[in-house]
Amino acid sequence: MNAIIFSAIWGVLMMFSGIFIKTKAVIRNLAIAGVAILLLLNLGEQNHMVVFHINVRNMLVFDSFGLLFNSVAFASTLIYLLLSAKDVEAVGVNLAEYFALIFFVLCGVSIASSFNTLLLLFLGIEIISIPLYILTGSDKKNLKSNEASLKYFLMGSFSTGIMLMGIALIYGATGSFAVVNMAKIIDGFIPVMMAGLLLLLISMSFKVSAAPFHFWTPDVYDGAPTVFTSFMATIVKAGVFVAFVRLFDAAYGASLPQWRLSIAFIIAATLFIGNITAVFQQSVKRMLAYSSIAQAGFMFFALFGYNEYAKEGIILYAAAYSLATIGIFAILIKMKDYTFDGYNGLAKQQPLLAATNTIFLLSLAGIPATAGFFAKYYMLVAAVKNGAYLWLVIFAVLCAAVSAYYYFRVIQAMYFKEGNGQVKEVSSAFKIILVLLAGIVILLGLFPQLLLFRLYF
Amino acid sequence: MIAVLLILVPLIGGLALFTIKNEGSAKSFALFASIATMVVSVLGLTVMNSHSNLNCDVSWLPMLNSRFHIGLDGMGQLLCLLTTISFPLIFIATWNNTYKDANRFYALMLLSQAGLIGVFLAMDALLFYFFWELALIPVYFLSSIWGGEKRIAATFKFFIYTFVGSLIMLVGIIYIYFQAQQTFDLKAWYDLKLDPATQNWLFWLLFGAFAIKMPIWPFHTWQPDAYEQSPTAVTMVLSGIMVKMGVFAVIRWLAPVLPDGTYLWGDTVSLLCLTGMIYASLIAIKQDDLKRLIAYSSIAHVGLMCLAIFASDKSGLQGAMIQMFSHGINIIGLWIVANAIETKYGTRKISELGGLAQKDPALAILLVIIALANIALPLTNGFVGEFMMFNGIFSSSVTKYGVLDMAVAGICIILSAVYMLNMIKKIFYGSGNALTQSGTPTAVPVLFSLSVIVVLIFITGVYPKPMLQLTNDTVDAILKYMKISI
Repeated sequence: MNAIIFSAIWGVLMMFSGIFIKTKAVIRNLAIAGVAILLLLNLGEQNHMVVFHINVRNMLVFDSFGLLFNSVAFASTLIYLLLSAKDVEAVGVNLAEYFALIFFVLCGVSIASSFNTLLLLFLGIEIISIPLYILTGSDKKNLKSNEASLKYFLMGSFSTGIMLMGIALIYGATGSFAVVNMAKIIDGFIPVMMAGLLLLLISMSFKVSAAPFHFWTPDVYDGAPTVFTSFMATIVKAGVFVAFVRLFDAAYGASLPQWRLSIAFIIAATLFIGNITAVFQQSVKRMLAYSSIAQAGFMFFALFGYNEYAKEGIILYAAAYSLATIGIFAILIKMKDYTFDGYNGLAKQQPLLAATNTIFLLSLAGIPATAGFFAKYYMLVAAVKNGAYLWLVIFAVLCAAVSAYYYFRVIQAMYFKEGNGQVKEVSSAFKIILVLLAGIVILLGLFPQLLLFRLYF
Repeated sequence: MIAVLLILVPLIGGLALFTIKNEGSAKSFALFASIATMVVSVLGLTVMNSHSNLNCDVSWLPMLNSRFHIGLDGMGQLLCLLTTISFPLIFIATWNNTYKDANRFYALMLLSQAGLIGVFLAMDALLFYFFWELALIPVYFLSSIWGGEKRIAATFKFFIYTFVGSLIMLVGIIYIYFQAQQTFDLKAWYDLKLDPATQNWLFWLLFGAFAIKMPIWPFHTWQPDAYEQSPTAVTMVLSGIMVKMGVFAVIRWLAPVLPDGTYLWGDTVSLLCLTGMIYASLIAIKQDDLKRLIAYSSIAHVGLMCLAIFASDKSGLQGAMIQMFSHGINIIGLWIVANAIETKYGTRKISELGGLAQKDPALAILLVIIALANIALPLTNGFVGEFMMFNGIFSSSVTKYGVLDMAVAGICIILSAVYMLNMIKKIFYGSGNALTQSGTPTAVPVLFSLSVIVVLIFITGVYPKPMLQLTNDTVDAILKYMKISI
């Protein structure tokens, strides 16, 4: 509860700060301080220190899973702001508003990670989406940014419509919005209920950019200002995934075998399309957009597996994927040329940037001793535990091998190719935080339990 | 204690090297660290060989029930010794090579050593996978940064090949993990008796990774390119030690865990091995590039080791272990010669060389001995291993084709004599040309490394008993678990 209330309040505060405060640095630090307090409050709630007591009539549930994810999301946001808050200034003049929108998104993420009725799921997803439409189009004079925003808005509205339709049908079948009631009625085959669940599945798949509902992703991620792409592709995506897992936990669980084939299809398609298309990209930014689709395919295993490993895995995946991707984007923003060739010879110009970037890329590729390895590992374990569908697991690891191809292209450019990758000015604080971030990625890659044991408080 | 030090010394040495900027001190430090590792390994073999010294078992991932469990058995000792002897030899033999950013080069070399030793020590499947992958990453960077002209593509092919194999192996590991009541412990895996139908397909999930690493035909296509394009010091690590990871893994992680699978696919794998041996030997005869010649000869030799393992016979298995060590030493010797020739004359085309023996008699003598050991002449270490392997293949009880296998493998020995002697004849004898007339005697460090290798060749060739005793217990244990249930 702490997080939901505080992020909303701080968001409003940020909005008004734009009127009263004219110094950019103050606004920026206000935002960073806000996220830090948010993180502390949420950590407090994990230890049962609740500041805001509100009777939510069981419409929200604050369990260790949701709260732990909130902490991961807020910590990622904090690192994201520390690394890239200065680059937000470059987007446009409405600095305070951008930060305010980020806080509203975080509010949506906290609702989505703790919903207990479909109504609040819908609210959470919408609170996440609407600020993102704005952030995507925030670079007002850029045609691509405008196009991306419009595209995102139109496609997003469609999926919202589909979601509402699904919720309506489920309400018709169960007479309630509560997700617990869905599990009760689900045993028998009720066409209305099935149609509702299917529509819900489609709309959620759209939000996490799973194939074949992924078409908006590359254009939106590519068109949006890079610093916001970083936020959208990591924290937001992981947040929606956690909502998805919660929904499955409560609603689809009882009838999972019936859904498994359709989910297997979505996973296979997502992995295939994401990975194969990423191979052919020339721009690192666009490659990362497709890579985020491919990673979503792996995260989908959490829904497919549906056991204790899946829950641990999605948390770890959210952390590993968010941290590594934030790091890569933070370095990408500093590049003058976003193509692979732009990275040529970076190791000579900026050895530290190249080294940390390598660790992040290795993590995304799933090399041991980085967080990404255990993230993928948990997903595979969750899937193998069910025994059947071993072909899907093997297909997934083959796709992971394909992903090494495009991640390593960046490493090859940085280390093995001659050239002078042009970098904008980087401060030493930026470098220190990058090293810190790389340290966290390696630490989680050696001892993932440091994060996961919090799940069992 | 010893087991932990074996990993820690090269690991810490490697990390420390990143901070030493001076090329000379980086070289000396790397040599020092590698000798220190060798000392640790020898201590573990002789004085400090109590159980508590050779084993370490501490909690690592309680949630996954994976432990940091490392230990040295006879086979582990032998391969650790190979690794720890090889690295100082490699550093000494390439002492006069210069690398840009030398400290990084040596740092990555030591890191790869730590990974390799980890593979040989791991007693926990997840830990094994960890080291298996980690040994690859430094080598990937080494070859891609300091390699030849086509290094990026060649190394990447190597990387992708082994990465695909490893990932599929990971699926196999996870599957067995659930079958073994959620444990990664090696002993529990040995006691696990999966039904033959499961072993039948599970075999390939694991064997794929090992076959790529060894490499077994037709999974070998990465190897000649990678060997050719890597800097020679790295090629030595690749062919001397890294391919042994595959052979080692088959003995430790495949044959005893999936005995029925090993039995069912034994003849198929043998056929692949034999095809590869003939194929590689024939190509080696035709090769003009010295590095590629040695690369193909390596495929042929590793094929024989794999063949001997699948014969599941005591003599064959022990021969394979001895041969892992001997082949590692011998092939490094060959690479050292190749490196010496290439750095001195700027070419490794056999057709452009000739008559080197007049200018460089010491190098010629040492090379001839190493080459003869590679052909497995009696009194050399190659003979002991190959004789035992042939014995094992011949008397194998699991295949009907033992005699045939042996006959075909025998042809490959003859072929290996053809290309080795041919290579010696063309490079060292005959009339020289303008290029080779300018030759000077080989530098002392190179000759020192080669002399050590030659001494090892004779010692283990004349008196192999200590090595046989060392591996005896491991072989018995492995064979006990390799009993088939069908």
